[in-house]
Amino acid sequence: MNMVRSHILVCGGTGCTSSGSQKIIKSLEAELKANGLDNEVKVIQTGCHGLCALGPIMIVYPEGSFYSRVTPDDVKEIVSEHILKGRIVKRLLYQETVQEGQIKSLNDTEFYAKQMRIALRNCGVINPENIDEYIATNGYEALGRVLTTMKPQEVIDIIKASGLRGRGGAGFPTGLKWQFAANQPAGKKYVLCNADEGDPGAFMDRSVLEGDPHAVIEAMTIAAYAIGSEQGYIYVRAEYPIAVARLKIAIKQAKEYGLLGKNIFNTGFNFDLEIRLGAGAFVCGEETALMTSIEGHRGEPRHRPPFPAVKGLFGVPTILNNVETYANIAQIILKGPEWFSSIGTEKSKGTKVFALVGKIKNTGLVEIPMGTTLREIIEEIGGGVPNGKKFKAAQTGGPSGGCIPASLMDTPIDYDNLIAIGSMMGSGGLIVMDEDTCMVDIAKFFLNFTVDESCGKCTACRIGTRRLYEMLEKITSGNATMDDISKMEELCYYIKENSLCALGQTAPNPVLSTLRYFRDEYEAHVRDKKCPAGVCKSLLSYEILPDKCKGCSACSKVCPAGAISGELKKPFVIDKSKCLKCGACIEKCKFGAIVKK
Amino acid sequence: MKSLEELKAIRERVQSSINIRNEGGADSTRVVVGMATCGIAAGARPVLAAFVDEVARRKLEHVMVTQTGCIGICRLEPVVEVYVPGQEKVTYVKMTADKVAKIVSDHIVNGKVVAEYTIGAAE
Ligand SMILES: Cc1cc2nc3c(=O)[nH]c(=O)nc-3n(C[C@H](O)[C@H](O)[C@H](O)COP(=O)(O)O)c2cc1C
Ligand code: FES
Repeated sequence: MNMVRSHILVCGGTGCTSSGSQKIIKSLEAELKANGLDNEVKVIQTGCHGLCALGPIMIVYPEGSFYSRVTPDDVKEIVSEHILKGRIVKRLLYQETVQEGQIKSLNDTEFYAKQMRIALRNCGVINPENIDEYIATNGYEALGRVLTTMKPQEVIDIIKASGLRGRGGAGFPTGLKWQFAANQPAGKKYVLCNADEGDPGAFMDRSVLEGDPHAVIEAMTIAAYAIGSEQGYIYVRAEYPIAVARLKIAIKQAKEYGLLGKNIFNTGFNFDLEIRLGAGAFVCGEETALMTSIEGHRGEPRHRPPFPAVKGLFGVPTILNNVETYANIAQIILKGPEWFSSIGTEKSKGTKVFALVGKIKNTGLVEIPMGTTLREIIEEIGGGVPNGKKFKAAQTGGPSGGCIPASLMDTPIDYDNLIAIGSMMGSGGLIVMDEDTCMVDIAKFFLNFTVDESCGKCTACRIGTRRLYEMLEKITSGNATMDDISKMEELCYYIKENSLCALGQTAPNPVLSTLRYFRDEYEAHVRDKKCPAGVCKSLLSYEILPDKCKGCSACSKVCPAGAISGELKKPFVIDKSKCLKCGACIEKCKFGAIVKK
Repeated sequence: MKSLEELKAIRERVQSSINIRNEGGADSTRVVVGMATCGIAAGARPVLAAFVDEVARRKLEHVMVTQTGCIGICRLEPVVEVYVPGQEKVTYVKMTADKVAKIVSDHIVNGKVVAEYTIGAAE
């Protein structure tokens, strides 16, 4: 007999896990048991819902009440009020769902209304550790249809017709990639999944693996059938423990059901899948380095051509796709290529997941149709820049991408438009910056990252990026000349043209794009020795305005360097040679008498 | 997994149990059971369970069984309200688990209100 009358979904994504959702699950289970409700209420752990900033997140069905920032102390109240007596705990509801005393559906809130969930369709909806729930939402139906009713070429034709392009960075047409590998003579071939996700700030692949791992397994099996492969590997960074654990469970369950292994769907088709852990080096996300790493060597890129579709892993034809790319495949098979290609722009079809981070109210994961503007993402879905600050720029494409200034906020986002304005799609990190961000400092941040992550195999990248970083440092410390800016630009093009892999070839992009849109800021650092945003410490000095200072001595007491002195009730002074520019005095001063210049 | 039929059998078995997570859209019928202290004391819990069972047994997709606090007519508890889209709300009173099957089949499935269980008949 089916007694279950309510499902409580608790988010077990990485965001919510770190804000304490595991404790909540434990106390929820204990509380339900204590009230004798454990047979009629089911607690389900899901993947990320996207609104990580409000975690831990809980949804109670059938009412669909969306509770945010739940603490273990709230659990008792939720059980005794909501579960036992049917009274929704209003104070815990996500505020956006409460309007004029009415509770509206989550899908009508600004955060979700403009989104369209294809890759993330199951994230936060099903229990990722239960294959049955995936099957209940049409899981493995696409694989079944492919194996029992289609020829490999038909599958490739569908993917080609859908217009799907790779979501891992370069945007290469997925169907075409499969075609190249399928065209190779029959024999050993491999299907790989890139789950290395190295862009700082990006976490969409992790969320798919954590929230819907079977979607990736199903798609890889379909790809294997299409190109004629019997073995696949998922390359995932060891820093994603929850994703790895869920993947392992999912692979085990798929094997038990005979959805991986021998003679799948009784068609004689065999496919096996294994996990390979990476140590988290950025360069290992690059396709040839990734393969070298799976082969058991140090993760360094190799020359292309030959391309992996011809000579990839262990020297045989191989396809590599990104997690999010795979997450679209089964839906395309089930709903048809026309459905998919009706979404998006002329050359970029479907949706893209972005990880919204930085100076934005709703940090989290959003999936939007291609062609949505940056303004819609930031102002509507993201809830805008907090604390009344002004939007300055958004960074996409991580260390290979660039900054998009406020004047281009209405650009419809797709692969080609982003390239045209000097950035790129990348894997989908979207970092929002406000007026307090220094663009030279941002460029320096990304260069610091590439200097660290350059594998060192080619000189242009290993030495070029370090020199570039040093030039940026010269600028932010006020020691550069205008000549240095043009030298730096020249070096950028040199690195782009001479690097072995795309890591080096794209490393100068953060510098070039900030030079393109914020050249005045570079010039202010060089010519006026000023950092307009007030970030670069060497170019700042702190001063006390004598006419405002009351001589209270609060600043001198808080100064860690003992740089402030003076007589009580008379204006104090800062000794610039001792000042560390930490800003502690500004915070302490009640009279607004201390300024940064 | 040997066939699409086998897959379908799993899907159907599990689907009814996760349907609860479809926040019934505008076209779904809502069965609301009063579950305040008075309702629970009067025996609302078995009534709620019976509705959940009956709806699952018949695989009704657009029916949401939920609960609410005190409806305000404690002497007639357990009270159940049924909202069929586009129709007046119907209030059933002094409910028992035995009455549930008839309400589901006559009212929710076939659209005929079970007049003898309603508040009008009790008054
Ligand atoms: C330095 C570097 C890092 C990369 N990191 C990733 C990554 O973390 N994840 C990813 O999917 N692709 C990454 N790529 C892109 C891959 O090389 C490859 O293009 C992609 O995985 C192909 O899959 P797709 O066609 O589905 O996008 C990286 C490329 C470079 C040059
Ligand atoms: S991890 Fe819970 S909403 Fe993202």
